[in-house]
Amino acid sequence: MKKTYTFRLRKLILLALTCYAIHASAQNDSLMNTKSTDSAKTRLNMDAIYNRPFLVSNKLPVALGGYIEANTQYSGTDGVTEGFSFQMRRLTLFMSSTIAKNIKFLTEIEFEEGTKEINIEFCAADFQFNPLLVFRGGIIMNPIGAYNQNHDGPRWDFIDRPLTATGIIPTTLSNVGAGLHGKYFMHNWIMGYEFYLTNGFDDKVIDNEEGRTSLGAGKSNADKFDVSNSGTPMYTGKVAIRNRQFGEIGISYMRGIYNKFRADGLKIDDKRYATVLAADFNTSLLKNKLNITGEFARVMVDVPSTYTQQYGSKQWGAYTDVIYTLVKRKMLGWNSAQLNVGLRGELVDYNEGVFTETSTNIGDEFWALVPCLAFRPSGTTVIRFNYRFEGATDLFGNPPSRTNTIQLGISSYF
Amino acid sequence: MILNSLFAQNKKMKNKLAFTGILILFVIIFNACEKFLPSAPEADSVMDAPIDGLTYEQNKLFLEGAEEFDEVYTTETGLGPLFVSTSCGSCHAGDNRGHPFTALTRFGQSDTTGNKFLDFGAPQIQHRALPGFVGETIPNGATSSKFLAPIASGVGFLELVSDEDILAMSDPLDQNGDGISGVPNWNTIPGWVKPFKDAKVKNGKYICRFGRKGATYNLHQQVAGAFNNDMGITTTFLPNNPFNYLTGTQPAPPSEPEITDASVNGVVFYLQTLQAPIQRNMDDEEVMKGKAVFKSIGCENCHKETLKTGPSPLKGLNQVEFHPYTDLLLHDMGAELNDSYTEGSALASEWRTTPLWGLGLSADAQGGKVFLLHDGRAHSISEAIQYHGGEGDKSRKNFTDLTESDRNALIKFLESL
Repeated sequence: MKKTYTFRLRKLILLALTCYAIHASAQNDSLMNTKSTDSAKTRLNMDAIYNRPFLVSNKLPVALGGYIEANTQYSGTDGVTEGFSFQMRRLTLFMSSTIAKNIKFLTEIEFEEGTKEINIEFCAADFQFNPLLVFRGGIIMNPIGAYNQNHDGPRWDFIDRPLTATGIIPTTLSNVGAGLHGKYFMHNWIMGYEFYLTNGFDDKVIDNEEGRTSLGAGKSNADKFDVSNSGTPMYTGKVAIRNRQFGEIGISYMRGIYNKFRADGLKIDDKRYATVLAADFNTSLLKNKLNITGEFARVMVDVPSTYTQQYGSKQWGAYTDVIYTLVKRKMLGWNSAQLNVGLRGELVDYNEGVFTETSTNIGDEFWALVPCLAFRPSGTTVIRFNYRFEGATDLFGNPPSRTNTIQLGISSYF
Repeated sequence: MILNSLFAQNKKMKNKLAFTGILILFVIIFNACEKFLPSAPEADSVMDAPIDGLTYEQNKLFLEGAEEFDEVYTTETGLGPLFVSTSCGSCHAGDNRGHPFTALTRFGQSDTTGNKFLDFGAPQIQHRALPGFVGETIPNGATSSKFLAPIASGVGFLELVSDEDILAMSDPLDQNGDGISGVPNWNTIPGWVKPFKDAKVKNGKYICRFGRKGATYNLHQQVAGAFNNDMGITTTFLPNNPFNYLTGTQPAPPSEPEITDASVNGVVFYLQTLQAPIQRNMDDEEVMKGKAVFKSIGCENCHKETLKTGPSPLKGLNQVEFHPYTDLLLHDMGAELNDSYTEGSALASEWRTTPLWGLGLSADAQGGKVFLLHDGRAHSISEAIQYHGGEGDKSRKNFTDLTESDRNALIKFLESL
């Protein structure tokens, strides 16, 4: 008996040491170092979930981490304002461990707006047979676009997520499923792929209180981790390529039936698909002083012909962030502090096409320009000031409403 | 060494100054936030504000009604299975007039002997349907007419015009010889609609005033009817879902109404307390000239400038004069506007005079273009006037004979409404 205990204790210590070693290395590989050294390192957006700072302890076999996002906001639309608010956007906790050689586990649990929404955003195990062949199973982030994979608050100098990554691709989009991913390195190049089968969306994609086609509305089914609404899997695939000098480009695709088309063996509706195509890029220029990130996403949804055109069959969105580092040196006692200025431009059309009745353009379009000023005491923490100008037209394309928002916020890994 | 130390101190001082400056800037920005926000549009360019004089409690009721008015209904909240639109607000964007996309279709017959198609779900087509259901089409043999949603703003004032005042404007036999013989739409009303205190009754029928053919009695009937016929939502007043003759099905009524009476009453209160559209550039010389032309060519014989509300517990609605440019009566508009569809006592070519208030803001609600008349067939004010026949024929001819200057002034006046 005593022998067994000793054996288990040794195993635990070994595991803890292994974790420490791995996560010490993960820390070296963390965002903080990414920001301060070579941003053209051979890492892809798909690596973002493991490329985070973790806290490790010699005694624990798991590594812990997380981040917070909070801000103040003053916003007004066409002369009407609800005044000033503090907002606790999210608290996210990570936990990871190396279960055995080439077997890793990570989970990410998020509390949004206090405890209004509590979600398991990621909870999966990776079994690496070869760097080119890694099996992943559990709750997986669908690899569609880049922001969905790489959405941690402290990484961004903007407080709001881009509309393309909320209204078009509903970040964080994750679902239960399994699949493969892998990477291939060659000199200055790295290529990666991901392919998963997961549960999909539900009928609310075109039957929701937002009054527009919304993958976000279709992802909120509380049973989604238990039952596939359509009874069929959704496919998500991505290929990405990065060059040390030029940056990264990714192309991703997702398709699945979103509606319930059979019940108790009887057919109750036609099969209707939701399809998403996304392209993303990022690059660093001027010795990493200038960083440009962008993403384009297009959604195509089968909408029944006798349903309302209010729910569009096509929508798209795009954004670009340009961030320039003004100063990077010791400031206010922080050794590697950084002051950035930036601008985000974004455009979303929630309903492409024309009205059958009038052949005039269907509106429901948004655009925004967001200048920002961000101070980073370290690579893992940001204090950011945003001033958002936004315009939005209604379904008929009537004169747009104007919204300006002033925000000051913090986000930090811990 | 000393110089270096001085430079270092200078640098530190600069840093501190820079950060203090940024801090002060933030403090200034947050203290002057409203200066950085977009300003409100002019009051006369929007229609969604409440009438003056509401109490705090009434303001809250107004806001609750507004929320209900703009709520997008779904399968879960009672939409359909057959419907025309998903919310009140989608038909009356900004409480303004509707767009052809949300036009509804009424069907029936060309005579006034009553609707022969009630077994086919008459009088309204629900051409849209939830996924998995079939939308309706017009049955063989039925006549039909498309109706664009009218302006919602100001309807609380119209509701309070007394029957007596409406009858006073009526001239069925054209005794004054002006070619205008407006009549009210006498129609039966459902048992759950409560008539006004001084309502006039003729053969069990009441003077109705809402809708393109004036077949609806009051806002309560209008709202409950719209929930049911336009959105397929059941209430205690109309507890059955619309019938689909194509499939021969009428989904069983839910055990509870899909929305509460409070929701219906909330929307009614919201509509009753919406401000009336405000005229713009009233003092502009061209506008004043146009107004004189409007009266001189006989437009005002039907499009009455001023009406008066009866008594109301709401201060802003109680016995006040307002300027809707309507007489709330039915008029024969001639062959071109005859859709071969009758409603209540309204003949196929008869239409209730459309209030002209808010006319100049139509483009702001219809996607930058204008779709005028009951079905949006006219794409400009001039074209709409040219469609006037029957009792409006004389005014149309007068309009055609106007000098270019007078015609432009008239259009400018109408655009100011």
